[in-house]
Amino acid sequence: MKFGVIVFPGSNCDHDAYHVLSKHVGQPVDFIWHRDTDLSTYDAVIIPGGFSYGDYLRAGALARFSPVMNSVKEFAAKGNLVLGICNGFQILCEAGLLPGALIRNRDLHFICDYVAVRVESTNTPFTHELKAGSVLRMPIAHADGNFVCDDETLDELRRESRIVFRYCDREGQLTESANPNGSRDNIAGICNRERNVIGLMPHPERACEDLLGSSDGRDVFRSLAGTLATAA
Amino acid sequence: MKAKVYVTLKPSVLDPQGKAIKHSVQLLGYDGVSDIRQGKYFEIAIEGQPSAEQAREETTRLAHDVLSNPIIEDFRVEIEE
Repeated sequence: MKFGVIVFPGSNCDHDAYHVLSKHVGQPVDFIWHRDTDLSTYDAVIIPGGFSYGDYLRAGALARFSPVMNSVKEFAAKGNLVLGICNGFQILCEAGLLPGALIRNRDLHFICDYVAVRVESTNTPFTHELKAGSVLRMPIAHADGNFVCDDETLDELRRESRIVFRYCDREGQLTESANPNGSRDNIAGICNRERNVIGLMPHPERACEDLLGSSDGRDVFRSLAGTLATAA
Repeated sequence: MKAKVYVTLKPSVLDPQGKAIKHSVQLLGYDGVSDIRQGKYFEIAIEGQPSAEQAREETTRLAHDVLSNPIIEDFRVEIEE
């Protein structure tokens, strides 16, 4: 199985994602420059965190027009796996591959801190090896992580079990104080209808080694690799 | 020819920046201000002498596709000849 990590001008979590896939998942990984359009040799593509295009206009608003994103749309339409982390989630929303939008954090601060998220759905290629209701500790680092959507979209996400992670306290309770950015319904991550595209604001790729503070993110990548191994 | 595009957050969307500005403004003594919402303003220089109608059409598309996120923002176009 081969992974690709897309790099836009301004992406800065590409190396973390590469490192996790290469060292912890132990599979071939490539960096994919945003002007490259050939994704034919990849099984899964990661859109990493950072400040693509400086977050100019809106976070992810310009990156969605990069040549590679047309290829990502086709790649996703064929059922291949796409994981968007932080800026990657913003880009996927701007590109229409995921519903809703990420706006300025409720309290206006850029938050760089650990949060707890609860696994809401294990019925995705990215969470099937996790336990529903389990609490993961992962870092966030964003100023525009407030997930918003209209009532219709929220109903749909709930009905179709497409809310994958929610911010919670350490006991797994969904409280307002556990919600760092004001996201609707404490939503930290969602997937598309076909369940092959996921976006989340927290950084699982920064939570794969206890030395760095948490290794709870490893199971997300193990699930991803597990899905591909089974499909092969 | 110049096109002006005003992009504003939809009324239903939280605007913490506007709120922060309003608080500061009120602290400065502007009592009559009950709300402030922050938006964006773009000036687009148009070449090629299109009609105002064409310019408006092009600019509307540009505003819809790039300058705004229709999920959370509204926009308004003005053409200046």
